[in-house]
Amino acid sequence: MNAYIPEIGKPVPRADAVAKATGAEKYAVDHYGDNIVWAGVRRAGVAHGRIRHLDTSVASLLPGVIAVLTGRDVPGTNRQGIIHKDQPVLADEKVRHCGDAVALVVAEDRATLQKALSLIRVEIDPLPGVFTVDDALRPDAPLVHEDHPQGNVLLKATIHSGDGQVALEGCDIILEETFHVPVQSHAFIETENGVAWQERGGKVALVVSTQAPFRDKWEISHALGLPLDRLHIIGPYLGGAFGGKDGATVQCLLVLAALHTGGRRVKMWWNREESFIAGYKRHAVRMHYHLGARTDGTLQALHCRLYYDTGAYAHLGGEVMALGMEHAGGPYRIPHTLIEGWCVYTNNPIAGAMRGFGVAQVSFAFEGMMDLLAVKLGMDPLELRLKNALLRGDRNASGVTLTQSTGIADCLTAVQHHSLWHERKAWKKEAPPFHKRGVGIAAVFNAMGYGRGLPDSALAKVELTPEGRIRVYSGVSDMGQGNTTAFVQIAGQILCQDHTAIELIQPDTERTLPSGSASAGRTTYTYGNALIKACEELRRRLTGRAALMLLSDTLDDLELLPGRVKNLATGREIPLTALAAMMSPEDRVCISQFLMPVVRDKLDTGKEFVIGFPHLLFSYAAHLVCIEVDELTGVIDIKAYLAATEAGRVLNPQAFEQQVQGAIAQGIGYALSEEVLLQEGRIVNPDFATYIIPGALDIPEIVSLAVETYEPSGPYGMKGVGEVGMNGPLPSIAGALADASGIHMTRSPLTAERVLAALQNQQEHP
Amino acid sequence: MTIHFILNGEKTTLNVTPDRRAVDVLREDCGRTGTKEGCGAGECGACTILVDGESRLSCLMLAAQLEGRKITTIEGMAVRDSLHPLQNAFIRHGAVQCGFCTPGMILAATSLMNHNPHPTRADIRAGLSGNLCRCTGYQKIVDAVEAAVRLEEEKS
Repeated sequence: MNAYIPEIGKPVPRADAVAKATGAEKYAVDHYGDNIVWAGVRRAGVAHGRIRHLDTSVASLLPGVIAVLTGRDVPGTNRQGIIHKDQPVLADEKVRHCGDAVALVVAEDRATLQKALSLIRVEIDPLPGVFTVDDALRPDAPLVHEDHPQGNVLLKATIHSGDGQVALEGCDIILEETFHVPVQSHAFIETENGVAWQERGGKVALVVSTQAPFRDKWEISHALGLPLDRLHIIGPYLGGAFGGKDGATVQCLLVLAALHTGGRRVKMWWNREESFIAGYKRHAVRMHYHLGARTDGTLQALHCRLYYDTGAYAHLGGEVMALGMEHAGGPYRIPHTLIEGWCVYTNNPIAGAMRGFGVAQVSFAFEGMMDLLAVKLGMDPLELRLKNALLRGDRNASGVTLTQSTGIADCLTAVQHHSLWHERKAWKKEAPPFHKRGVGIAAVFNAMGYGRGLPDSALAKVELTPEGRIRVYSGVSDMGQGNTTAFVQIAGQILCQDHTAIELIQPDTERTLPSGSASAGRTTYTYGNALIKACEELRRRLTGRAALMLLSDTLDDLELLPGRVKNLATGREIPLTALAAMMSPEDRVCISQFLMPVVRDKLDTGKEFVIGFPHLLFSYAAHLVCIEVDELTGVIDIKAYLAATEAGRVLNPQAFEQQVQGAIAQGIGYALSEEVLLQEGRIVNPDFATYIIPGALDIPEIVSLAVETYEPSGPYGMKGVGEVGMNGPLPSIAGALADASGIHMTRSPLTAERVLAALQNQQEHP
Repeated sequence: MTIHFILNGEKTTLNVTPDRRAVDVLREDCGRTGTKEGCGAGECGACTILVDGESRLSCLMLAAQLEGRKITTIEGMAVRDSLHPLQNAFIRHGAVQCGFCTPGMILAATSLMNHNPHPTRADIRAGLSGNLCRCTGYQKIVDAVEAAVRLEEEKS
């Protein structure tokens, strides 16, 4: 490929694509090393119980076993967790879910490791478990954490605006419904893994598949009692994450193992089943909705009660629920709201962050209510949504004034003008025998950034290298979302260098600077804003220093061009290599910080949320789906999919489409097939043969329309686009099924079995 | 046991225990870490390699099954500095996101094109249906394979 200047707005190919397509890119899992040893974990296998006896002696004596460690061997607090430190690295007296780590083994090779793990004798006295939110909330329920002051309630919170639920009484129409969504697995293809080793001098280095290398350092330090300056975390490109590698997975276990290997490298790599059992999940939620409206379709009041099953440990459960509650009213003007949430500990697998963080769940409910209301009123469902769509200047369901770009109405209008929408009636009439056709729509949104209470900050660093190249030091992980390419574009745009002259350093706690987690649709926004400032400073410096070499008495004549600075008036120029040789190392580096702006409204609600409420910036989308339902099998076949997405300006059309299409594919899996099945806290489908994620035949051709607005606070006007697409497929497909059959499903996923049962029920009880 | 095979065009001799999985031998002994593992059970396709030109799952093969075979991993697809047309198409058409499924996808697509030089989009989807991708939604992968097919058709 010829050299080009990567610029903003162009479909620049990804900076990481060549290395990934040739197999050259080294993910965490591709790191081995001479004389490497293997670590693995013996897991509880019991959802709730007390460890009566733990005998590691036989395993320890097995030739080739280097160490067998238990909770007693953990030097620090033995507690990990992002906000709440409630999760042991290795269980002490109690286990709280089947995936709890009971013992850690380090062995010479994988076969010995497996054998040693099987030789550990664990005797656990089972305790009564709590496996549903209702069980957990009973006054006499067994406690998952005896020391938690609110019993099994991790967090109870309320968002209130206007007159709250009282306003329902004055509404012309009140609709009531309850929705259920199940546990979803991230199912990234690269499972949780890392490699750690102790260096001379005692420092421990860790190469790990992580979304938050700097936070990992603090978590490990807390759990293992190691000073921060003894930890060095390296976070290469990830083979997918979607929220599931935000928080400690292998980190503490590996660093602990490395303290016992005498400097040898130790590798841990969870297999797929272990990833299912011990990894984080999307929360299952039960959602009770009361929605009140006028006869003309104007929304008046909303009361909802949301119950999030957070599993055995807090992870980000409270924050996930906070975001779900903040979005519970949909992208609509509802003057009076009462939104209540309970985030509840159970003995189920740990729920945490996942793309569409708490919002994918409530999107099913609020759009389900809009479809019911449209039917009740005999209104066009798209007109109903447009009529209530939030506009800039409105207050949302949390009472926050929308001061920033707000494009949901534009997205809905784009769908309304599309042929799939205005030709839908004719299309539906053409359904083949024993099939029904339906068209559904959904209006969804997703907040960006951490919200109030936690600074959403990034520190960008950019260098002119001695070789005359531009090197960007990214402190925020690229799990596949493509922020790296956006950083190359920003550097290219400002510093006017060829793509071959710009290099990216992936997160490394000793080379790059803390820039927060790769999450919340924030990576390109927050780091990008910091990088713009750093690159502009570097440009000023390069022209300023070149002026000395080129004897220019004004900077106005100087221009930074590929590989050189040129005086346009005299034609004289200096190569960047010569400029770099003249500059001191510190002069060649620019660092800049950016802090995301926050909501300024003083809200008298949501005070239970320590962090993560409320949010200033949202991206929006309207989705349309055309489905065909097989009346004989209940199978839903997606025939066409349209997404109109507003995420400010588009920095890279190809990257934008990647995010939209990929999120929709995950959303289709969530809608149609994905459900982690639990029996007494045990996952019964921990593999890809029984937990079905979509394959190439399951995803239709997706039409993506970019509905651009300008977000003045964003880098070049952009907002995060990674999450919003996840939220549309479930409600739009459920709406399409209702359109096709009159059946409003309130429990997902919409499997063939479930749909067929509903169709049969409808025939028997018309 | 000693096994002999051709790896990306090079004669290779290894001393291995015969019950080790091919994916581990390729990654650990041969350093070909472009071959990924996503499930270890033949469900995701990330470990796809070419065995005598046919796509096979290296997580389900034992080291002994490499004996006498011509093995191609993703590292063997480019000829010197010149990328394979499928690699170029994946890069240009945005078919790579996290990239962890990419090597397996490219090798599965190679096998698909060997069997069917003129596949439709539906054929491409069917041919890649054994390879899971969690990032892309497959559309750009299908775009890329289709572009590589068109390029081959123009050449011939």
